[in-house]
Parts: sequence; C-alpha cells; structure tokens
Amino acid sequence: MGIKLINQATLDAWVDDLITEQTVYGVQAEGDKFAFDRLQKASALRLDYDVTILPPKKYFQPQREVLMRFNRKTVTFESAVDSEPFVLFGVHPYDMVAISQMDKVFTMDHFDKHYMARRTSATIVVSSVQTPSPDVFAACMGNATMKGRNDHDVLLTKLPDGNYIVDPRSEKGDKLCEALAEAREADAASLDQREKVWEANIELLRQHELKVEPEDLPALLDRSRSHPVWEEKAELCYSCGSCNFVCPTCYCFDVEDEMSWDMENGQRVRKWDGCMLEDFAAVAGGHNFRGKRSARYAHRYYRKGKYSWDMYGEISCVGCGRCISSCTARIANPVEIFNTLAEDPQ
Amino acid sequence: MIASIRASRISPDAVRAQRDIYLPMGATATDVKRLTPWEKYFKFKVDDEQDLDYMPGQFMMVSLPGIGECPISVTSSPTRNSGDRLEMVIRNVGSVTRALHQLRPGDRVGLRGPFGKSFPVNTKMRKKDLLIICGGLGHVPLKSVIEYVIDERPRYGHITILIGNRSPENRLFLEQILDWKQRDDITCMETVDVADPSWGGNVGPITTLLPRVRLYSTETICIICGPPIMYKYVLRGIESLELDKSNVYMSLERRMRCGVGKCGHCQINNVYGCQHGPVFTYADILRMGEAI
Repeated sequence: MGIKLINQATLDAWVDDLITEQTVYGVQAEGDKFAFDRLQKASALRLDYDVTILPPKKYFQPQREVLMRFNRKTVTFESAVDSEPFVLFGVHPYDMVAISQMDKVFTMDHFDKHYMARRTSATIVVSSVQTPSPDVFAACMGNATMKGRNDHDVLLTKLPDGNYIVDPRSEKGDKLCEALAEAREADAASLDQREKVWEANIELLRQHELKVEPEDLPALLDRSRSHPVWEEKAELCYSCGSCNFVCPTCYCFDVEDEMSWDMENGQRVRKWDGCMLEDFAAVAGGHNFRGKRSARYAHRYYRKGKYSWDMYGEISCVGCGRCISSCTARIANPVEIFNTLAEDPQ
Repeated sequence: MIASIRASRISPDAVRAQRDIYLPMGATATDVKRLTPWEKYFKFKVDDEQDLDYMPGQFMMVSLPGIGECPISVTSSPTRNSGDRLEMVIRNVGSVTRALHQLRPGDRVGLRGPFGKSFPVNTKMRKKDLLIICGGLGHVPLKSVIEYVIDERPRYGHITILIGNRSPENRLFLEQILDWKQRDDITCMETVDVADPSWGGNVGPITTLLPRVRLYSTETICIICGPPIMYKYVLRGIESLELDKSNVYMSLERRMRCGVGKCGHCQINNVYGCQHGPVFTYADILRMGEAI
C-alpha cells in the first residue's frame, strides 16, 4: 500500500476501528506526564506527548513475566509463552531504535522466545515527535527520526497543517493500514512537508548538546577509566536504580520462583533488575563484585557508550533523556558525563 | 557486529517452535555424600543423556522448583562420565544450595547447560606441562580438569597440582588427593592456612607452596581457581615463574541468573562471565578492569 495523507477525523476513526478489532496500547496522559497504556478510545491518544514515564519495553519485557510453571512435587517445568497480538501506537523514533537494539540482545547467541514471542506479536506504529521533552537529546545520538530505518511497521508524521502522513513500512504495517486503502495518496508537496518536520526535529531534539560524535564514545570511555567524574557523581548516587528502570535499553533481569497457595504448583518469573542497585553483582557467601557505588555508576555509562558497542555494535544510549529527569540526585545526565570526559581528559 | 534482526518479519508461530533456553531438563540425584561440614557431593543422572556434553570448567544451572536456580560447576570429568554420572560438589551458602543439601538419592532436580567456556584441555594444554592451583572450593571445577588430564595422561607433559584450604576439615576429595600424591607421574602438594593436631603437612597460604614448584618448561600452562581474594596473591606469586600471561587460565565466579548472556549480572566490562568465561586468561583479565 502507498503512503497516505489523512486528517485528524480519519485518524481517529481508524484508531477506533483498530481498538474494536484488537488490543491497542497507546500514549495517554497520566497526571501531568504521559504513559503507554491500553487504549479505549482514539480521543484518549496523545500523539503530542513529549516522552512517556516508562519506555515501551514493558510490552516486550514486562516488569514481571512468567517464564514457566512448575510442580514442586513432581519437579516438572512447563514453558509459558505469551504471544497475544497487539498494536503499539505512537512510539517515538528513539524508543523504536531502542526496541531494535533489544531485538539484538534477546536473539544474539541464544534466542529468547519469551521476549521474541511478544515482540513478533506486536505491530508498531512510530510517531514523529511533536513536542520535545525538556531533556531529550535523541538528535545528538542520531535518533531524531526514522530516516534510513526499516525496523518499524508504520510511520506516522503530523504535518504543520494538522494532517497526518501514514507510511506503512512492512507487511504488517500494510495490513494495519488496510482500512485506509481509500484514503488520499500523499502528494509530493505533503511528503516535502514531512521532510521538513523531520529536519526540524533534528534541530529540536537536542535539549542537551553532546560535544562528541556518538561513534567516538567507545574510545573516549576507554581512556577515561580513572577520571574523577565517576567518584564525584557517585558520591551523590542513592543507588535507587531509577535510571535503569526508565531506560529503554536496560534489560537486566532477576529470576524468582513464586509458589501458589497449594504449595505444590508455582511459577518462575523474571523481573526487572538494575546494575545501580547495591547487590546486583553480589553472590551467595557475601562477596560483591561491584560493591562500590562509583564502580556501579561508571559501569552503567560504560554499558551505554562502550560495552554495547563492543558486544553488539550499538551505542545503547538513544537520547530519550528519561534518566536525566528521573534521577532524584540530578547526576544521571549522560551528555554532561560524556562532555566532561571529552573536555577534561585525564 | 551483530546483524539487525527484522522482528516484524518473524511469525509468532516460528518463535513458539523455538527451544526455551530457560526450561530445565529433568535429572535424578543418584548419590549424595557429605564431604565436609559445609560441602556435599552429588551425583546426578540426566533423563536424556544425549542432552549432556560438557568439558572441564563448564557449569550448569541447577533448579529446585519453588526455591530457585543457581550456577554450579561440574566436578566430574567427561572422560569418566556419561549422562548418568554428572558430579557436583555444592557448598551450603545460599537459599538454593541450602535446599539442595536436603536432597536424598532418588530426588529430582532441574538442570540447564552446560554453559560457558571450558579450560583448553584439547587445544593449548596438549603436550604442555601443567601447573594446576586449587584454592578452597576452586578445587571443585579443577578436579574435572585433573581427572581429564590423568585419563589422557600421555597427551600432557609434567603435571604439578597445588591444593590449598583454610583448614584440614575443609579438604575435599581426600581419596583422589592420596592417589595423586602416590602417582609418580604427578607432583601434588598441599597446604592449609590453619592446621589442627591431625595435620602433618605444610601450613600457610597457597603461595607458600610456589617456591617449591619446579617448572621444566617456560611454556607451562597454569590453571588457577579459588576464592576472589586468592587471585591477586597467586598471580603475584607466579610472576617469578615468568609464564606467558596468555598461558595462565583462571575461572571467575559471578552472580548469574540465566547462563545465556541475557540477565546482565555476570558482566565483566564488555563480556559476560557465562558466555566468554567463566574461564579467562590472565592476558584477558589485564584488559578488563574489574575482573579481579
């Protein structure tokens, strides 16, 4: 199917139709912030959001997820895989980049069918950013737009005149847009407008200015192991893990067994974990391999700017800025850290 | 660089057909013995023997439903092993190991693995002299190496084994140690940090044995496993032996939740302990800041 140009009423009708047919998660207001949640009606969809509290990773790697059910008496385990189809509506480009990175993490070397069952059950509609958040720097990381990427299913862009360009980018995307088959094809002028929206976003999504190129981060971090900034910032760190939990590329997890009331059946679940939490690297017997706050603090930045590069060829800070705004101690600004390392080499 | 995966082109049905990497296989404890006040010996029979193909230095995830799962080194050698003879020695130190200590012969467990890189018994260690340094519970994975090289004795050069323990009552595998000491094709020395009246041997940390080590080749392969604190001292102690740092191997312990490079707990700089380790060379470790 071709690229379509639709107005707000058509968009709303389309989304309302989708809601009657399948599960749709979309961005909605949550107090004075925004969150992805089950969408009940198109009018609740807030595509003008700046950033969501949690990234959409929660639909692929939920905070708590059953991996298997077991019976304690027979010592038998049965895999539990969830693959109900759903639509994820209004994902920002930087979050889509993060989702693609997680696709690599959960399939490289060993294929994680729990993650991938959810992931392949999703149809993802990416929406170009309409309102930059106060801390976003996605443009500095090269993630302001979806240009040159083919990992999403539909790309939605709001034009200055209030109309939307709906661009199906995969077979799944074509299917999702079937109801728009009769809609007007986007003309050259509107596509030109879309290009301008994207260009504007490359200017707007840099509320913090990174003074190095993302590709230079691995080498920069490599020579900054003993930089005093790690100790200085970590002095103020509460080790609360907020920066981990709001990060779209933090995927670490813990695994726990939960028993049912009958004390015979139960389930093995995985839950989000975070490398900033004090006992993240502690082993039975008491030894903690990353017991120092500064070691944990530095580890997180190395994971984002170097280790992910070494391990799967990506800089895993996508520039969403969530860690900056969620940090109580105001020490979690990656741009500030990276600029400090660049300007004040040790 | 890992190529991107086009998740939107994969069908959920194709995903469901994949193996579940977290699902344990069934196994039965066929023998349980107490070795020390803290450690017990277990022999497991895996339901489907074909599922088990391990090498010395690898580990398994051992599961008890309702309690949890934890990484445990294999202590038997594949040369003496089929699926009905998987041996482990487990220290009672956490919630899962405490429950494992309650197991009796005939009880069932779940197993996943084997995971991780093994010691290079079939590659770099071939034809070389070996210096094997076991500290405390580090003896457990290294017993697999020692039995392997003994069973394939002609393939290796001179073998020196050093064993250090906190006290005589911490010593593991007493029969095997006696055998190694009696063999004339192996040099085996032992020490304890603190002696008791029963002990007639060397007293002092494992580094006190190092001056007595006689190497016949500068290409000796050194293998070390012990508690985190031991590595620093032993590595300093073997400096005078002038071994090539890429010929010194050690096995590093880390917290692990998955064994398959996903949960993030065992990460050491840019590698996962469960994937690139637990066996690393000294040369690897010098490149990784937080390894030891």
